[in-house]
Formats: sequence, C-alpha cells, structure tokens
Amino acid sequence: MLAPPIAPAVLLRNIAITFGAKEAGYTAVKSIDLAAKPGEFIAIVGPTGCGKSTLLNASAGLLKPSEGHVEIFGTPLSGLNGRAGYLFQQDALMPWKTALQNVSVALEPKGVGPAEARDRARDWLRRVGLSAFVDRYPHMLSGGQRKRVALAQMLIRDPEILLMDEPFGPLDAQTRQIMGNLLLDLWAANRKAVLFVTHDLEEAIALADRVVVMSAGPAARIIGEFPVTLPRPRDIAEVRLDPSFHQIYKEIWASLRAEVQKAYAQEEGAAP
Amino acid sequence: MNRMKLILLQLAVGIAFLLLWHVLTAYPILAPTRQTQFFFSTPLDVLARVWKEFASGEIWRHLGITLLETILAFAFGAGGGILFGFLFARRALLAAVFDPYIKAANALPRVVLAPIFALWFGLGIWSKVALGFTLVFFIVFFNVYQGVREVSPVVLANARMLGMNERQLLRHVYWPAALTWMFSSLHTSVGFALVGAVVGEYLGSSAGLGYKIHEAESVFDVTGVFAGMAILSIFVILIDAVVTFIERRLLVWHPSPSTNGQG
Repeated sequence: MLAPPIAPAVLLRNIAITFGAKEAGYTAVKSIDLAAKPGEFIAIVGPTGCGKSTLLNASAGLLKPSEGHVEIFGTPLSGLNGRAGYLFQQDALMPWKTALQNVSVALEPKGVGPAEARDRARDWLRRVGLSAFVDRYPHMLSGGQRKRVALAQMLIRDPEILLMDEPFGPLDAQTRQIMGNLLLDLWAANRKAVLFVTHDLEEAIALADRVVVMSAGPAARIIGEFPVTLPRPRDIAEVRLDPSFHQIYKEIWASLRAEVQKAYAQEEGAAP
Repeated sequence: MNRMKLILLQLAVGIAFLLLWHVLTAYPILAPTRQTQFFFSTPLDVLARVWKEFASGEIWRHLGITLLETILAFAFGAGGGILFGFLFARRALLAAVFDPYIKAANALPRVVLAPIFALWFGLGIWSKVALGFTLVFFIVFFNVYQGVREVSPVVLANARMLGMNERQLLRHVYWPAALTWMFSSLHTSVGFALVGAVVGEYLGSSAGLGYKIHEAESVFDVTGVFAGMAILSIFVILIDAVVTFIERRLLVWHPSPSTNGQG
C-alpha cells in the first residue's frame, strides 16, 4: 500500500532573486531548490551576504522571486504566507505595546476576543519564562527577553512553518544557548517545519535535522546538504561535546570554508 | 545633593540678574535714574505691578482668554496636522501633488496673515485661534507625515506576518507611530499655539495677555510691558509643566520621553 505523498511544507523550486533592473541588477541567489518536510528543522548557513535572508523573505511572501516559484504545502504562494511565522533578526516588537499586548495582539487577526487573547498570551509568556515581565515595554527588557517575547508572539498563532532569520544573532553566547534550548523544547512539543538562517555553524548543527550550505554571493547557490543524525532531545551546550558533532562539523566546514574565504576576499576587494 | 546644587545655581543666576537690574536702575551709574527707569523700569516696580494685577483679579480674565485661544489653536492644529499628515503619508500621489503648495504655505511668515484673519474672523478669539492653527498645523503635519513614513520596516513586516490587515496595521502600527511623533513635538507645538495667540492679541484685540502688553506699550508704560512679559513667562512655564506631565503619562513606553524634541 502506498501512502499518499506528503507535500513539503516549503518548496523552493529553481528560485532566483534579482534586485534592481533586470540587466544591471544584483542577483542575490540563483537556481535554488529546497524542500522542507513538515516537522523538519532545516538550518541554512553560508557566508555573509550570500542571500540567506532573501530565501526566508521569499518563503514568507515578503519578497517575490524573480524566477521560479514557491509552494507552501503544495499550493503556489501568492502574497504573504499566512501559514508561516517569522522571527526577525532585528527587534520587531511594537515598542508602544507591553510584552503582554505584543503577544496578545498576534491573535487579533485570528478573530480571538481580547480577554481570551490576554489569557493565552499570559500563558505563552509563562512558557518562555517571562511571567514576571508581562507589563514591561520592550525598551525595559533585555535583548534576550525581547527575543522571548518575539518567540511567544510568533508561536501563539500556531503557524505551521517557522522562518527564523539569525534570531539569536545579536545575543551574547550564554543567552544564545539558553534561547536555543528554549526553542528546541518548544519545537519538540509541537513540531513545525523550520527554516533557520544562521552564520554560526555550531548553532546550525546543534539545532537542525539538516544543514544546508550556501555559496558566497552574488548568485549564491546551495552547495551542500548535510543530515544531522544526533539524537534528540538535544542540549545545545552538551551536544557540542559529542564526537559525531565534530565529525559533522568537519565535514560541513570543509565545504563552507572555501566559500567564506571567497566572500571575505570579495569584501576586501570591494573596500576602498 | 546634585539636584539641590543645580537649583541653587539656577536661583543664583536669577537673583544676580535681578540685582544687576536693580542696581543699574536704582543708582545713577550709567545714566540718571529718571532716564534708566523710564526705559527699563525697576524689578521692584515690576514685581509690585504683577502683584497688583493678580490681587485685583483683573489679569485672570486675560489669562483665561489667552489660555482658551492656545488650547483651541492647539486642538485644531494638531487634529488637522494628524489627519493630513496621515493621509499624505499613506497616499504618495497626494503628497507629491501638494508638495510645492505645502512648502510655499509653510514658508510664509504667519504674522502677515494676522490682518487677514482679523478681517475674516473679527477681533475676537477666532482670529487668534486661526493664527495659532497655521503655526501648529505645519509642525504636527510634518512630524506625523515623517513618523508614518518612517515606521520601522521590520516592525511593519512583523505585523504583516502576524496576519494584520490594513485596518489593524493602522490601529496597531501607523497610528501609535504617528502619535509618538506628534507627542515628540508637543512642547514646540503648544509653544507655537501660545505664540499665535499672543501675537494675534498684540496686533488687534480687546482682551488677552498680548492685548495687555500692547496696551501698556502704547502709553510708554514700561513697567506694564515688563509685568505682562513676566506674567507670560510664568504662564509658559506652567503650561510647559502640564505638557511634560501629559507627555510622561502618554509616552510611558518610550525610553526617554522627557529628552525628546524640546526644540
């Protein structure tokens, strides 16, 4: 008996994204093919400026690819991707709303009443460990706490796809580990397809089921996909000590190193 | 401790100024006292006059009228500024078409409008409200226009990814952003509302602080002019304190509300 084929949560088919005029424009990515199964955690790594975020924006519908097309659960994407949540690298909370208001407002487009939205937001802030900070405004919170609020704001809508653009980039090393573990716990409880962009290879391996490596831009391509078979549940700090972690790291770094050097050389060359 | 020191220094500057004024007008140092007192009055005379104005209760009516004009000018100017700032920021074509006219209108010194307004609205409060309106409107308009256009693209993208429609974006993102910018110009715009009221009164009216000052000036009553200016200053400081209080309450989410846009 054949099970019906499951459509990928996100399918990028032959994507190219060019900024500016067709001829003179800058092509960020080219010939990208990527499929994320439902419940699969994919980390995308690559040198700076390789267009990793561009791919997320295309999957979110914030950016229309110049070539190719995006499918979400088998349906071609047009307009914004309503089934995805997006965690931005920069602060994206509304600064004029408290933590609680920022999270509860995410339920308003779903038609949830204000009282219920508040209750559920309170529960989510508890889950990300911010019970004591519900009435704080973003500027009164630390960088890590703001990310927790943003995480709760994204997850409360229960999106089927999570798009994350170097979400823990601005945080210090310890906070990153704590946030990584929090993310893994929340994800393990309710598995969604994840596209997680990072420039930190260790973070990518510690979190993901599969690491996708991109080449240096312009016209960046996918140059390798590496499954990560480390057992779950994982602890971000401890998994790094696992011998097979090193094995995977070496393998991926071998293909990534040349690209990082290429990107670095380009930046050097471009500098006046 | 530091704060005490600051207040003491501030008081010292004021007392030094008053002492200098007193010494130069009470003794014939630069010129005969009759002459210096005619041109500069004396601090004690001015103080006595201010006291008399308040004691007789005469000044309250004028203060009330100036305050009413200021509040009305601010309310209409801010309301119009928000409305049009919003509209223009969201409709690029409208903004592009009206751009030269708005610049031209804003470049016009408002004082020249005072006689026109007096002609149109009479010598009562409405000609002063109109003058204050033209000053407040443009400040709020430009601030709101800027504020709505410069809403952080990340905050906006995030709100859209949360599934917000146009109406919800307006309510949760654009509107608060616009209000922030309006509040950041609150001190300036309230100040200009008052300027409009006083200048309007000065140029033609039968009541208000501007009228009092003009009246004293027309009979070379320097003491009266200075007394009017002193009362005006106290009035401005009080209004500014109220504005600061309101601002603190409304911008509670803001990192440093009190240091914002005190232009």
